[in-house]
Amino acid sequence: MKLYVPCDASALATGANKIALAIASEAAKRGVTVQIIRNGSRGMYWLEPLVEIATPEGRIGFGPMTLADVPGLFENAAAHPKAVGLVEKIPFFAKQQRLTFARCGVIDPLDLQDYQAHGGYVGLANAIKAGAAATCAQVKESGLRGRGGAGFPTGIKWETVRTAQADQKYIVCNADEGDSGTFADRMIMEGDPFSLVEGMTIAAIATGATKGYIYLRSEYPHAIRTMNKSIALAEKAGFLGDNVMGSGQAFHLEVFVGAGAYVCGEETALLDSLEGKRGQVRAKPPIPALVGLYGKPTIVNNTISLATIPVIMEKGAKHYADFGMGRSRGTMPVQIAGNVKHGGLFEVAFGITLGEIVNDIAGGTASGKPVRAVQAGGPLGAYFPPHLFDTPYDYEAFTKRDGLIGHGGLVIFDESVDMAKMARFAMEFCAHESCGKCTPCRIGSTRGMEVMDNIIAGHEPEKNLALVKDLCETMKFGSLCALGGFTPYPVMSAITHFPEDFQKPAIPLAAE
Amino acid sequence: MTRDWNPEAADAIVAAHLQLEGPLLPILHAIQEEFGYISEDAMRLIANRLNITRAEVYGVVSFYHDYRQQPSGRHVLKLCRAEACQSMGGEANAAKLLERLGVDWGGTTADGRLTVEPIYCLGLCACAPSAMLDDEVHGRLDADSLEALAMEAV
Repeated sequence: MKLYVPCDASALATGANKIALAIASEAAKRGVTVQIIRNGSRGMYWLEPLVEIATPEGRIGFGPMTLADVPGLFENAAAHPKAVGLVEKIPFFAKQQRLTFARCGVIDPLDLQDYQAHGGYVGLANAIKAGAAATCAQVKESGLRGRGGAGFPTGIKWETVRTAQADQKYIVCNADEGDSGTFADRMIMEGDPFSLVEGMTIAAIATGATKGYIYLRSEYPHAIRTMNKSIALAEKAGFLGDNVMGSGQAFHLEVFVGAGAYVCGEETALLDSLEGKRGQVRAKPPIPALVGLYGKPTIVNNTISLATIPVIMEKGAKHYADFGMGRSRGTMPVQIAGNVKHGGLFEVAFGITLGEIVNDIAGGTASGKPVRAVQAGGPLGAYFPPHLFDTPYDYEAFTKRDGLIGHGGLVIFDESVDMAKMARFAMEFCAHESCGKCTPCRIGSTRGMEVMDNIIAGHEPEKNLALVKDLCETMKFGSLCALGGFTPYPVMSAITHFPEDFQKPAIPLAAE
Repeated sequence: MTRDWNPEAADAIVAAHLQLEGPLLPILHAIQEEFGYISEDAMRLIANRLNITRAEVYGVVSFYHDYRQQPSGRHVLKLCRAEACQSMGGEANAAKLLERLGVDWGGTTADGRLTVEPIYCLGLCACAPSAMLDDEVHGRLDADSLEALAMEAV
């Protein structure tokens, strides 16, 4: 009997290790031989822990599993109360277009042979054969844009680093996934780490870089362990090291653990942090592609951008670019979170509407109450009300509606949410995480929090709202980076779309 | 268990990281892992070995939320306060727990058993509200299961 029990952090957080142990002991008790594979997550988090049993028809799932559900796995499985049928036929899964996450949840994350059996390292072989210039051209042609949030064309960044002259170049993976509501980086690093290793190695071949760092946040201890193990395995197999896959080029890769600073997700703050400094934002220009880590030409790409490279180099730029709409090509792993019935990771071609994702795919709220707001793009993203749910998932369409896709997170709120409090939280978060280098962000966020407190207390709401709007303008146009510059998105969208929450009756001052 | 300050052990930790390009953060992580926090003695020693000023070391230690300048309780419970966990009632659960334990954010219980810290996102946002007790993650917590978790660490 072959079973799969995920080792993804969300599965562990809901008891997967206990389930795996219980399966082993139940099997021993019954004298059944079992093989338990610790796969990554399929991304259907409402079903975690999701146990799968291999059958000739395909893998059938059971979830969310509890200890009491374990013995039933060894009996009439079809009649099991937690049976969900063939996993790949579950609508949430079947409706996806999985390119980046094709292997995630399917294979054993640390089985290099399994990785190769599912198309792994074909992309790198193709890149070595094609050479640096042709590889950069392929990435450009695929239309891939930075999945961290900025949406800058990846191929152009690579070409800049490739043509730069330097004795040392670096590939840096930004795995400082700090946005609430996002977990795509974590899921791929825990579920298919070799795709990231391979993507970074292709970037090295394409630019002549010989050293790479994965800047991984300390909040992800499981991803850190998995990435370290996968790097060691890739080195042993000759996919990393002094002579990558016989190409004659060296590429050495290391995990660098962050220290709990959200702002280090900003690429220049990240570079300072890697150099052992306070994670403060650098003024641009110069761009990191020319003057990056230790002043050398550096690619800084998001985890998902890099993990998408292998499939582009395996199946060709056109295959990838055939998905999507407008200037948003390919697929996006949308992460559906918060107060949601079916939360998880849904990889889909650009163009699907926000409403389709929230209502049809995710099934609305977990509480069963109506959806009131969706925050798209993390703590610096706008709140969308239901009347804007016709917005297609596309970089430009979101921008037109004063929002952003960001790293692809969606946090759903039901009608109990107080949007004035959420606007205050946006300012509070910015104050908590500001690196302090520029004044609009450092001072503006603290003043913004105080003004929001006055509005919430009902003190001169008209006057204070005007003040907040003015402050948001200053932060938006005067901040050095997206932390101060985008904090106005959640604040202003909350004020614009939910004005009723900002008109509180004054709390009477205590009588003396 | 962390151990008491020991300059020889600290020296060995620093020496083991000197071949790295940017050794300061990895050294601080390792020192904190060993001794539980970054003491003044540790900062002085690191500054000395890396040939940088104590102000530079202090600047880095005080910038990052992970680094502690005082010892924590025997266990550390990190509660996520970000939006996804808020949408599932995380703030109310946290407030109840802090009241029950008689501490504020960042505080340690009087018996030195538990420190409660805020964290902004564990990436468990589809299983909110979430928390991390020492190195173990927990999701779908409600007020009762959170309290049970906090009481279980001894």
